[in-house]
Amino acid sequence: MRFELMPRTTVSPVARALASVVAFITAFLIAGFVIWLMGRSPVAAFDVYVLQPLSDPWALQELLVKATPLILIAIGLSYCFRASLWNIGAEGQYVMGAVLGSWLALKTHGTDAGIWVLPLMMLLGIIGGALYGLIPAFLKTRFGVNEILTSLMLVYVAQLTLDYLARGPWRDPKGFNFPQSVTFDPAATLPPIMEAGRVHYGFLFALVAVAVTSVILGRTLFGYRLKLTGDAPRAARFAGFNSKATVMAVFAISGGLAGLAGIAEVSGQIGQIQPSISPGYGFTAITVAFLGRLNPIGILIAALVVALTFIGGESAQILLKLPLDLTQAFQGILLLCVLAADALVSYRIRLVTRGGAK
Amino acid sequence: MFSRKLFGALAGVTVAALSATGALAQAKDKIKVGFIYVGPVGDHGWSYQHDQGRQAIEKAFPGKVTTTFVESVPEADSERAIEQLARTGHDLIFTTSFGFMEPTLKVAKKYPNIKFEHATGFKRAPNLSTYAAKFHEGRYIIGQIAGKMTKSNTIGYVGAFPIPEVIAGINAFYLGAQSVNPNVKIKIVFANTWYDPAKEGDAAKALLDQGVDMLAQHTDSPAPIQAAEARGKFGFGQASDMERFAPKAQLTAIVDNWNDYYVARAKAVLDGTWKSEDTWGGINAHMVVMSPYKNMPDDVKKLAQDTEAAIKAGTLNPFKCPVVGQDGKEIECKGNGALSDEQVLGMNFYVKGIEDKIPQ
Amino acid sequence: MTILEAILLTIVTASTPLLIAALGELVTERSGVLNLGVEGMMAMGAACSFAAAVTFDSTLLGVAAGIVAGALMSALFALVVLGFAANQVGSGLALTIFGLGLSGLIGAPFVGARRDPVPPIDVPILSDIPYIGRLFFEQDLFVYASFALTIIIAVYLMRTRSGLTLRSIGENHTSANALGLPVLKVRFLAILFGGACAGLAGAYLALVYTRFWSPGMTAGRGWIALALVVFAAWRPGWLLIGAYIFGAATVLQLHAQAAQFGLPSQVLSAVPYVATIVALLLLSIRHGRAIGAPGSLGSPFVPDR
Repeated sequence: MRFELMPRTTVSPVARALASVVAFITAFLIAGFVIWLMGRSPVAAFDVYVLQPLSDPWALQELLVKATPLILIAIGLSYCFRASLWNIGAEGQYVMGAVLGSWLALKTHGTDAGIWVLPLMMLLGIIGGALYGLIPAFLKTRFGVNEILTSLMLVYVAQLTLDYLARGPWRDPKGFNFPQSVTFDPAATLPPIMEAGRVHYGFLFALVAVAVTSVILGRTLFGYRLKLTGDAPRAARFAGFNSKATVMAVFAISGGLAGLAGIAEVSGQIGQIQPSISPGYGFTAITVAFLGRLNPIGILIAALVVALTFIGGESAQILLKLPLDLTQAFQGILLLCVLAADALVSYRIRLVTRGGAK
Repeated sequence: MFSRKLFGALAGVTVAALSATGALAQAKDKIKVGFIYVGPVGDHGWSYQHDQGRQAIEKAFPGKVTTTFVESVPEADSERAIEQLARTGHDLIFTTSFGFMEPTLKVAKKYPNIKFEHATGFKRAPNLSTYAAKFHEGRYIIGQIAGKMTKSNTIGYVGAFPIPEVIAGINAFYLGAQSVNPNVKIKIVFANTWYDPAKEGDAAKALLDQGVDMLAQHTDSPAPIQAAEARGKFGFGQASDMERFAPKAQLTAIVDNWNDYYVARAKAVLDGTWKSEDTWGGINAHMVVMSPYKNMPDDVKKLAQDTEAAIKAGTLNPFKCPVVGQDGKEIECKGNGALSDEQVLGMNFYVKGIEDKIPQ
Repeated sequence: MTILEAILLTIVTASTPLLIAALGELVTERSGVLNLGVEGMMAMGAACSFAAAVTFDSTLLGVAAGIVAGALMSALFALVVLGFAANQVGSGLALTIFGLGLSGLIGAPFVGARRDPVPPIDVPILSDIPYIGRLFFEQDLFVYASFALTIIIAVYLMRTRSGLTLRSIGENHTSANALGLPVLKVRFLAILFGGACAGLAGAYLALVYTRFWSPGMTAGRGWIALALVVFAAWRPGWLLIGAYIFGAATVLQLHAQAAQFGLPSQVLSAVPYVATIVALLLLSIRHGRAIGAPGSLGSPFVPDR
C-alpha cells in the first residue's frame, strides 16, 4: 500500500488561496512549538512578529520600503523562471544597475544639473542591469553555456566591482579615505512619496511593474509565448517561437528590473555608494518569486510577507530577545510549507493498494 | 487627516526645540541601552567584543539598565533597525560599524531626545557622539615583537580591506618592526573580507608559504593565527584574546576593550551628564588592551612592556615625526610632534620600507 | 617543503570541501533532482559535526554527525519535492535559508571552542615519491575520501547497472517509469547521498579547515559547489578538474598579492569566478552543444496515467 500523487485537471483559485493560509498556519504552529520549547511564549512571539508590525503605521511604511526591491527583482525573475531559465544572478544585475545609475549621480554631483538627472539615472539603472543580465543570455544562446553557473559567478564579479569603486575611484574625497561616496544631491535622490515617510518612488515603480506584467502575461502574444515555453517547451518550439530571442528578452527584462531596483534603492534609500548595497535582495527575491508562484499579484503579496518576517524578526530580537537565527529558520520552514501546500492543491493524493490500478 | 498630521509634525518640532536645552541635566533612574551589531554576536571578533561591552553595562548597573541588541544588521539596510530601537524606548543607542554612519545620523536627527553613539565614524550631532580606539598603538608593539623575533626577516600581515584604519595599522606595525630591526621586510595580503575563516586561513597560509614567520592580522577570525600555530610559526590575536585557538603561537593579542567606555557612557546618561563628544582612546584609556605576553624570550617581553608603558605615559607615539613615505619624502607633520589625528584616521600611504603598493 | 609543494598543498585543502559537496550534488542532479540547498546542508554539517566532536571529544563522531545532519536535511527536502512534488528550485532555496538559521541555533553554544588538528595520514612508500608523494599521500582522510568518492561515483554512474538506472531516471523519468524503474525510490536515495556529502563537506570545513565553528562559516561555498556541477557537465572527472581550478585560482590570487604585483585585490579576488566562466566557455565551444543537463532535471515526477 502506498500513496500516489495524481495531477488535478483544474484547480480553483479559492483552493490555492486556502492552501496558502493552511501553509501559514502550519508554519506558525511549528515555529510556535519551537519557541515554546525555548521556554518563551508563542502568543507573545506571534504578537511581536505579525500583529504589532501590521497595526503600526510606521512599520507598515517600513514594510513597503523593504518590499520594494524584492517586488521589482522578483517580477523580473518571474519572466526568466516562466521560461525555465534559471537566472540566479539577479543580485549582480541589481548591483550593476546601481553602479551605472550612480555613475551619473556622482558625475553631476555639485553641479546645478536639473530634473533630468533622476529619470536618466533610473534609465541607466535599467540599462546597466539589463546589459549585465544579457551576458549569461548571450553565452547561453551563442555557446550553450549554462546560465546557472554564469549568472551566479557574475554576482561575485559585480560585487567586487562595486567594492573596488566604493573603496577606490568613487570614494568621497572629503571622507577621510573611508570607503563610501559623497551623499547624492537632492537632484539625484529619489523623493519619498509622502513627505514624512521613507517610502520612495521605487515602490510606485514596483506597482507599475506588477500591473504591466499582469497585462503582458494575460493579454499579449509575448506573454502567451512565455507561458507556453514554460509549460511545454517542445510545443513552443513546434509552434515556431524563436527561443533564442525569448532567452535574450527575458534576461534583459529580468536584469533591467533588478537594475532599476538597485538604483532606486541606492538613490531613494541609501543615498550614496557603499561597498555593499544589498542584504542579498537578489537571492531573497528568488524565494519571493516562488512564494508568489510566479504570478504578479502573488509576488506582490509574497514580497510583503517576506518583508514582514524581516521586520518582525528585528522586533523579536529587540522585544523578546529571540535570536536572528530563529527568524531565518522560520523563513525556511514557511517557504517549504507554502510550496508543499501548493503542490498538494495541484495534485490529488490517492491510496494505491499493491499491484496498483493501471 | 492632513491638518492633524501637520499639527503632529509641528508639535514634534517644538518638543525637539525644548528638549535640546532641557534634557541635558536630567538624571534618570532607569534606562534602556540598545546595540546594533554588523555581525553575529558569535563571530568571536568585532561584534563579540562589543557584546562583551554590553554585558559589562548590565553587570555595572544591576536593575537600573536593561540592554538590547540586534545582530547581523546589513549596513545598507540598517536605518530601520536603528529606528526600531529608537521607537522602543531606548535612551542610548550604540551603532558599532562604520557603515552605520549615515543611517545613525538620519535617525539621530529624527529623535533628538535619544543619545546615539557611532563607532569609528566622523559625523557628529548634538545627540550623536563618535568613538573609536587607537589600535595602531597596539600594532606598534606587536611590530616590535615581530621585528625582534623573526628569523627569516620577513613578517606577514593579513588585512581585510585597504581602508585607512587597516593601512594605519600596517604602517604602525611595520614602523615598530623597523625600530628594532632595520632590515625587516613585510608581505601584505588583503583577504577582501572581515570574516570568512576559511579564506582568512588561506591568506595566512599563502603568506607562510612565502617564507613569513611572524603573522599579524587585521581580520576577525582566529583562522590566521591558527594557521601560524599549525606551521610552528608565531602570530598575534586580533580583537579578542585568541590564546585558546593558538596557545603556542600567540605572542600577545590586541584586545578591543569597549567595556569601560560603554559603562561610562551609560553612567553619563543615568546622571544626566551625557554630552556629544568624539572619543579616540588607546592603551592609556584602556580601550586597547594587550593580552599577556607569552611564548617569547624575556628580553623581548621586557621591550614590549617598556613600549607599552611609554605609549601609556604618552612619551611614545608610533607616528612621531618624521614619518617618511614610500617615495622617501617626509610626510608633512600636522600634529604636535607627530602626525595629526586626521592624518592617521585618513591614512592612505605606506611608509618607507614597505615594498607593496596600496591597491587603489 | 618547497614553496611549490606548499602552494599545491593549500590548493588541495581549499578544493576538497568543494569537491565533496559537489560530488553529492552531482549524483542528486543525475537522478533528475536539482537541490539548491547545498549551502544550508553544508552549514548544518559544519555546526552538527563541530557540536558532536566537542561534546564527545571525538573527530570520528563529529564526522558521523555531520553526515547524518546533511542527510536529515536532505530527507526533509526529499519529503517536500518527492512526497508533495513541490517546486525544486524554491524548496532548495528554502532549505538553504532554513539550514543557515538552524545551524546558527545549534552552533551558538560552541562559539569559542576549538579542536586539535586532525593528523594527516601518511601512506607508506607512496609518500616518498619525489614531488607528488607528499602532496597526494600525506593528507588527511577527507582528501583521500574525496579522491575515492570521485572514482567510485564515476565507476558507479558509467559502469554499473544501478548507475545506469539512476542516469536513465534523470534523463527521462516518464519512460523510466514506463520501464518499471523505481523513480521515486532512486531519487530519494540520490538526494540522501547528496545531503550526506554536503554534510561531510561541512564537517571538513569545521573540523579540518578552520577547527572552530562560527555562524555563516560556509561563506557561499555551497553555491560554488552547485556551480561546479554545471561546470563539470555532470561528469565526476570534470568535477575534480573544476574544483581544483577554482581552488587553485582562490589560493594563487592570495599568492599574487603576497608577491606584490600591485593589482587591486578586488581584481585578483574576481579571478576564480571569471576563470570558471572562461573555462566553461572554452569547454562549451570545443564540445559544441553536447554538454547537457540531465533531461528531467528540476521537473517533479508525477506518474502519468
